[in-house]
Formats: sequence, C-alpha cells, structure tokens
Amino acid sequence: MSSGDRLSRRNFVVLSILGAGSICLLYRCRPQASKWRFFTDPEALVIDAMAEQIIPSDEWPGGKESGVTNFIDKQLTGPYVRFQTTYRNGISALQESSKSLYRKGFEQLDAGQQISLMENMEAGKMKELQWKDGFDRQFFNMVRDHSMQSYYGNPRHGGNKNNMSYKMLQLDTPLITGQNRYNNLLWQIRR
Amino acid sequence: MANQKVNAIVVGSGAGGGVVAKELSTAGLSVVLFERGGWISYDDHPDDELISQPIAPLGTSCGPDDKRHRRVMVYPDGSSRVVLPSEPDYNNIAACVGSGTVSYAALAWRYMQEDFKMKSTYGHVPNSTMEDWPITYGDLEPFYEKAEWEIGVAGDDTQNPFAPPRKKPQPMPPFSHNKEARMLDEAARRMGLHPFPIPVLRNSVPYGGRPACIRMRNCNGYPCPVNAKGGTQNTVIPVALASGNCELRTHSIVSEVLVNDQGKITGVTYFDKDKRKKTQYADVVVLSASAIETARLLLNSRSRFFPRGIGNENDWVGRNLQGHAYPKAFGIFSEDVYDDLGPGSSVAICDFNHHNPGIIGGGYLGNSFFIRPVSFADTRPPGAKRWGREHKEFQRLNYKKLLKVHGPYQDIPRFDQRVDIDPAVRDFWGIPVARLLPSQNETDLEGCNFIAGKAELWLKEAGAVFTWKSPGTSRAVGAQSHQAGTCRMGNDPKTSVTDKYGRIHNAPNLFVADASLHVTNGGFNPALTIMANAFRIGGYIASEWNKGNRFK
Repeated sequence: MSSGDRLSRRNFVVLSILGAGSICLLYRCRPQASKWRFFTDPEALVIDAMAEQIIPSDEWPGGKESGVTNFIDKQLTGPYVRFQTTYRNGISALQESSKSLYRKGFEQLDAGQQISLMENMEAGKMKELQWKDGFDRQFFNMVRDHSMQSYYGNPRHGGNKNNMSYKMLQLDTPLITGQNRYNNLLWQIRR
Repeated sequence: MANQKVNAIVVGSGAGGGVVAKELSTAGLSVVLFERGGWISYDDHPDDELISQPIAPLGTSCGPDDKRHRRVMVYPDGSSRVVLPSEPDYNNIAACVGSGTVSYAALAWRYMQEDFKMKSTYGHVPNSTMEDWPITYGDLEPFYEKAEWEIGVAGDDTQNPFAPPRKKPQPMPPFSHNKEARMLDEAARRMGLHPFPIPVLRNSVPYGGRPACIRMRNCNGYPCPVNAKGGTQNTVIPVALASGNCELRTHSIVSEVLVNDQGKITGVTYFDKDKRKKTQYADVVVLSASAIETARLLLNSRSRFFPRGIGNENDWVGRNLQGHAYPKAFGIFSEDVYDDLGPGSSVAICDFNHHNPGIIGGGYLGNSFFIRPVSFADTRPPGAKRWGREHKEFQRLNYKKLLKVHGPYQDIPRFDQRVDIDPAVRDFWGIPVARLLPSQNETDLEGCNFIAGKAELWLKEAGAVFTWKSPGTSRAVGAQSHQAGTCRMGNDPKTSVTDKYGRIHNAPNLFVADASLHVTNGGFNPALTIMANAFRIGGYIASEWNKGNRFK
C-alpha cells in the first residue's frame, strides 16, 4: 500500500467519524481518540496491569513502565495481527472473571488478587465458561511470552524503553558492540 | 521473452547449491542458479533477538516471510495446523542468496568415519531405516578439504584425538577461548576428556579477501556485519558469477521439475518476482533446496511418467526426515563467567560421539552461543517461576553467571518421520505446501539423557554451584536447520532415492545436492558435510560433462 492510499483511507475514516459524530452528539457520546493502535484505553489498562505482575517493578522499572503494552499493541497491528482475537477475548474474559469474583475490574485489584487470578490462569484452573478449552492458559502464556519479548528484546519494537533491561543485566548498549572491536582490529591489522 | 536453454539449472543457493553452481560454471557449463530470496545485508536487520533465524517471534531475519509461505505440521496426537515461518514448528531455513550459510552458526564439522557406517557399526535397529552411506569418509575427505579451503575454516583438528584422518590442516588458526570456554577446557582436561577448539567457517584471521571476526555477542541467526562469516554468498557464488557462465536468478520460486513426453527431465517451471509463471530448460537439473523443500519439489512434480512424484516409485521421497535432538545442561556459577567476548561456542569434546555403552551414536558436546536476554527469560531450572518478582530477580542475578553445554544428538532415521504434500493448503503462488509428519517411535531418550548427564558433570567440574539438565528431545518434528535425509543416497534403487552421486534413480539428468542425501546425519552440525558432498557431486557432473556425457 502506498502512503497515498493510506492518506486517502485516513481521510475517509476521518470523514466517516465526523459524519457519525454529528449523530452521536445527540446521545452525548463522542468517538474516543485512543492513543493505541489496537487496544481500547480500558483494554490497555488491563494489559498494563498484567505486564506489571509478569515483570514487577523493583529497583528496576517493571513491565508497565518499560512499554510492554505499547509493544504488544504495535505487534498486534503487525506480525501478531493473528492474535488480535485472542487478546480481545482474553481481556474481556479476564474482566468478567475479575468482576464476578471481586466486583472490580482487573486493573483495580490489589497485587495479591491480580497474582492469584493470573496463577489460576497459568495453571488452567479458571472455572468460568469463557475460559473453556484451555483458553485461560493459552491467553496467559501469550501475554507472558509477549511481555518477556518486549522487556528483554530490542527497543525498536516498542518495548524495553531506553534499553532498561540491558542496563539491568549490565550489558552495554546498544546490544552489539561490534564496531568498537572492529576499529581495534583494523588498527591491529594496519600495525 | 522465453529463457534461453542452458546446460544446468541449480535450485537453491545455500550450502549445496552455491557450491554446485560454482563447480559447474567454472568448468564451463552455462548455469542458472535459482534462489527464492534475494541478496541480504546486515543493515537490513541489525542484531535483533526478536527477528533472527532460529528464534523469530516477529519474523525471520533472512526469510522466508510469513506473508507468502506456509507449512502444515502434524503432531504426535494426530492433530495438525498451518504453521508460519516465524514459528518454530515451521522448521525454517533462510531464504536468501547463500541461504542458511548467511545466518548459520558456521560450525565446520567433518562427520566421523563411523557416521558413514552406522549400520555396520551398531547393527540393525528395530523400527528404523538406519543404513550405511554408499560412500565412506575416505571418499568425502578430499572434498571436506576443498570446502575448508575454498570457504575458509578456522580450527585445529590435531587437538581432537577423535577427529577423522585428514591430509591437510584447516587453513586458519582456531579462535581463542573466552572466559567460559577456558573454564570448560580446563575442567575437561581434569576429567580426562579431550577438549579442543570448535572448527568454524568464520575468519579468525583475514582470509579470502574478508576480514577477521570481530567477536560480537550475536552471530548465530544473523548475517555478519563485517563479512567474517563465510557462506556460499561471499565465497563460491561470487566465483561462479565471475566465471561469466552463471546467472543468479533471485526472487524466483521453482514450482515443478518438467518432464517431456519421453519421460525425460527438461527443466523447471518457476514464478518470477512478479508472480509470472515461466519455464527454464536445461540439460541437467540439480536440486539443492534443503531436505524439506527438495522433497516437496519432487513430490509436486507429477506426470504420466512419475505419477507419485519424481524419484518416488518406491515411496522413499520425503521419508527418513532427520534433525537433531539437543541434550543439554545448565550451570550457575558463584561468579560472573560472561566476559562479552562473543559469540560463544568455542570449546567441544568428541569423547561421546561413538562407542558409548548401550546407546547408538551420540554427539559432540560444547558450550553454546551466548544466550540473549529474551531467551534467558525462558532458561530456568524445572519448577522455577516463569514470571513475577522471583523470575526477574533470577534474570538479574544469573544472567552473567550461567553457562550452557549442549550438542546435537545423532538421530536414528525412521521411515515414518517424513515430508509429504498437504492435500489442501497452498502457498502464495498456489503451490501445494509441505506437510511434516512425526515418527511414532520416540527419540532415543536414554541416549539423550546419557549425553545431558555428561554435560552436567562437565559443568560441575568447571565449578557450577547449581546445575540442571534436559534431554532436549521432542515428539514433534524438530529437524530445524539440520534437516536431512529425505532423498537418501543408496546403491539399491528400492531403498533409496538417488545413487551415490546424488542422481535420482530413473532420471539420469536430475541430481540432488543438499542434506536430503544424508543417509544418517552425524552427531554434528551438517553444513560442512553438505558443502563437501556438493563439491563431490558438482565435480562429478562437471567432469562427466566435459568427457561428453550428457546424462541421457
């Protein structure tokens, strides 16, 4: 798709929103300008909360601050487009469970409650219908793996903000230090 | 405009095809070398642990791409699904000029004498098709030497008492050990084992007009930023192109081997980069598309003369798909063992490749390449937390204190572990895709545990304060980049696909030159053996051609 195509599509979307907006005003609703590519703002809060338990902040920043949600959101409109449904259904299932157990959204639970829910997902112990056929474990593992990829992977994909995990592991950054060695080596050869 | 007929077509520009194209074109044959990918440079994807070759969650570094390529994986429980190249179950090999030799670990092993005579050495194994190669180590030795000198190997086999005999040393001195390798080297000597520096297709000193290795952290899975890693793309393929006799046709997907109305192979059909279907005619066709894709191409080439696919009269094409299990052990040390002098994997022992009590074959053991942080997040002892505070702490405390020893375990070929054609799924070009089927027989768990146990003892002797091990086996097809065996060489046309020169029985001008030919796959990384065998086959075709043989 050329950038021209993309612009014209965006114009089209903007125009349709404007059109729909005038009707929406009657119902006091306004199309929300989410800063995310795929997630809605409430969905992003749930992923933030999960990421923060998967990689909690201690003396080093946790999953939320490092940009896990941004990474996942970005990949869901790229290589992970095939996981969009899993995320949408997973987040909604988690919210349902959280509300029926604690009468609160998952992002509002305390850390102990969040961890206990996530441990049950990991162990495949969620009882509710929406988790049937191992969906609890599948969704948990997906968020867990993607969080690790984000936190410990190359920052260019939207996570690992400021190389924070490399700094934590005391790896000099950028990850590859080849160029300085190459210069040394050239110097040796020339000598 | 129709393509002009040439003397030879080579399909695939990897370890096998790149070498064959060079041997044929420098001997005077006109050659078209087909490659499904293009030229790759380091700048296209700097070191990125999420876009590499063996670990590719966000896509492969050197192809194939997720958009156009598919395979079907069948699991031991009978279920199956469509898999993408970025998923481990795809068993990908890079799709670019040089193929796997652009991004490989570049370990330069010669198989041992026993590896060519597995049945004579160990006898018949029930439920297996284990057999001797139709050639011996001695037949291949001169070509190992050719591969080592033309592509460039750093190593010193005199330090390995188990190394098979050789006439000429490796051309470059071996790499020096980093801290972890020194520790393992000393520990192995204390144990009475025989450590030596791993031979690699990587320049330890400037060689072949290319500079020496800069010892980065990352290597396996990436192109080399300074061209110190030798593959076919920066050695033999440039020689082939410089001969003036070889045309490299990139972004071309070969879909079928053509057969005329006399049953003779006449060329191939392929799709060019704009998805236009074209034909190329030649006197000789050589398939070097890797074990899975070469088998797929033969099976997809059905005609009146070859109703089950070319070379498949006896249902042997695609059978005996092999790879390697990777028995391994991990050790945590009380102090840092990581010194950032990459890329790792420099010390090995061949004490357990053969003649182990009660097991068939075995494999070498050596230190692994540096584990990247994202893979380290999955490196935990059994029962450890996979996430949360404890997991993060483990990561922080042990990243520089952990050492991994592992090695490829000789696979036992099974007739029912195979590649066939999926009846429904097609790729972007409409070509039916490969389906991978697992064997009903388990990998030799006992043997893998034996090797993993040796790895663990080695780590303990080196000073590890905490260790754990894994047999590294899988019930599903895990042939990965070591995939081999699907077009076995043999003297008996009833139990093999090609003769000892890689020529398909009943198709005198159609050859195979890649790991598909391997009867068994050694306890080693197979790249140098693929190259050596390709030098042998390419040399044979060229010398016959120049004697006037047109393979009719």
